[in-house]
Amino acid sequence: MRSFTYIAPASVAEAVAAIAAAGPGARFLAGGTTLYDLMKLGVERPSALVDVSRLAELGTIDTSREDYLVFGGGARMADVADDPVVRRDYPVLSESLWRAASQQLRNMATVAGNLLQRTRCFYFRDQAFPCNKREPGSGCAARGGIDRGNAVLGTSDACIAAYAGDWSVALLAFDAVIDVVSPRGERAVALADLHLEPGDTPDREHTLAPDELIVRIRVPVSVAGRGSTYLKIRDRESYAFALASAAVGLALTGQSEVRECRIALGGVPTRPWRARSAEQLLRGQPLTKEAARAAAEAALADARPGTYNAFKIELAKRTVTDALRIAGERAAQ
Amino acid sequence: MTIFMVNGQKVEVQLDPRESLLEVLQDRLQLFGTKKGCDHGQCGACTVHLDGRRVVSCLTLAVQAEGRKVRTIEGVADADGTLHPLQQAFIDNDAMQCGYCTPGQVMSGLACIAEGHAGDDDEIREYMSGNLCRCGAYVGIVAAIRQAAGRTEG
Repeated sequence: MRSFTYIAPASVAEAVAAIAAAGPGARFLAGGTTLYDLMKLGVERPSALVDVSRLAELGTIDTSREDYLVFGGGARMADVADDPVVRRDYPVLSESLWRAASQQLRNMATVAGNLLQRTRCFYFRDQAFPCNKREPGSGCAARGGIDRGNAVLGTSDACIAAYAGDWSVALLAFDAVIDVVSPRGERAVALADLHLEPGDTPDREHTLAPDELIVRIRVPVSVAGRGSTYLKIRDRESYAFALASAAVGLALTGQSEVRECRIALGGVPTRPWRARSAEQLLRGQPLTKEAARAAAEAALADARPGTYNAFKIELAKRTVTDALRIAGERAAQ
Repeated sequence: MTIFMVNGQKVEVQLDPRESLLEVLQDRLQLFGTKKGCDHGQCGACTVHLDGRRVVSCLTLAVQAEGRKVRTIEGVADADGTLHPLQQAFIDNDAMQCGYCTPGQVMSGLACIAEGHAGDDDEIREYMSGNLCRCGAYVGIVAAIRQAAGRTEG
C-alpha cells in the first residue's frame, strides 16, 4: 500500500481546511469500508487521509421535522436503519440500509460515504486487468468477460460496471438532497445530480470535487414513505450485492388507485436509476398485477444485455413488480 | 504515539498509518485470538468491539482506535477462566468444527444479542450474516446464540 499522511481534524471547519492544505490526492476518510479496502488492492492511492469519522457534528439524526428527514453525513448506516421513525414511516430507507453489507460494516460505514461506494466489478478491483474506470483509456475487460454482475442500463462502450449501493437508490426515489461543504462554502446538490453515467469518462462517477464533504442528507417528508419498500434480490439471502433491486413508494386513493408513485432501480444500472416512465404509467391507475408488470416493462425498456447478464433484465422486472405489490399492501393499510 | 485500551489495558504503540487494527492486535500485541480471514471485510473472522460496537478490525485503521476501547475474544471469559455463557453455548451446541471463525462468531454474537437483534432465528441469521463459516456450523451457531439470548426454542 502506498504510504499516506493521516490527519484527524477536530471539526468540519478544520477538516475542510486540512483537505485544502493537503493538496491533490488527499481524500476524506469516513468509515473506510470502501476506501481502505481499495487501498489494500492498490486501486485507491490517496496521498493523505482526512479522517471525518469521529466528528460529532456530522452524526445527528433528526426525524422530527415537518419538511425533511435529516441525516448527518457521519451517521452510521446501522443507526439510521434502526431509527424507530425511519423503520415505521420510511421502510424503504431502513430496508435499503439493513439489507446492505453486514452489521459490522454498517456500524463503521457512514450514510454519506455510502453514497460514493465504488463498483464491485471484478475487473475494476483487480489490477491485472484493463479498466477504464481505474486506468482511463486502458480498455474494459468486463465487456466480453464475466459480466454476470454487471449493468444492463446506462452502460457505455467504455464501461458496464454496476453501481453497487442500495441507500442511494432509495434516496433517489424520494428526491433526497445532499448538503456539501468545501473551502468555497456550502451548496446543496439534488441526489439525482450526484451520480454520473459512465459515458466516455467512467473514472468520473459523481459531480463532487475531491475537497467537498457531504455534511448532511435531507429527505423531503412524503406520504409515500409508509407505502414503501426496498426489495433486493441477491445470489444468497443476506450479505451480498444486488443482482436487481427496486425502491418503491406509493400513496393510494382508496384501496388501489395510485396517487403518488416513486420507483428507482439498483443492481442493474450504472448509477442509481429513477424509472420515471414507469411511474407515469401507474399514476391515476388501479394498482393491478398487470399494471405493475407493464410499469416494470417500461422501467427496463432500454436495457441492453451483455454475455452472461441477460437474466438480470427479467429478474429486475419481477423485482419491480413484487416491490409494487409489497408497497401497495403497505400503502393500503 | 497512539494510545488506546484493549480488554481494559492501556496500550501505547507507534503506528504506521497503513496498519490495520487487526495487524496491530496480532503483530504488536500478540493477541492472536482475532483472526485474519479475507482481510477485506467480507468474512467477519476479525470481528472485535470498538467502543462496544462490533466492527471488522481488518478495515479499521489502527490510528482510528486512538482514545477508544477495543474488546477482543481474549477479553470475553472471566479472569479465572470461566467461560462467558455464549462461549459455553458454542460448546454445548457444537457450534464449530475447525474453529477458525469462532472468535469472530462469538464477538459478533455478543453484539447481536446486545443490539436486540437475536429476537428469533431468522433475525439471528440476518444479523450474523457477516460471519462466514466454511465448515458450515451455522445450525449450531444459531442455536448457541438463541441459548445465550435466553430462549430455548427458535
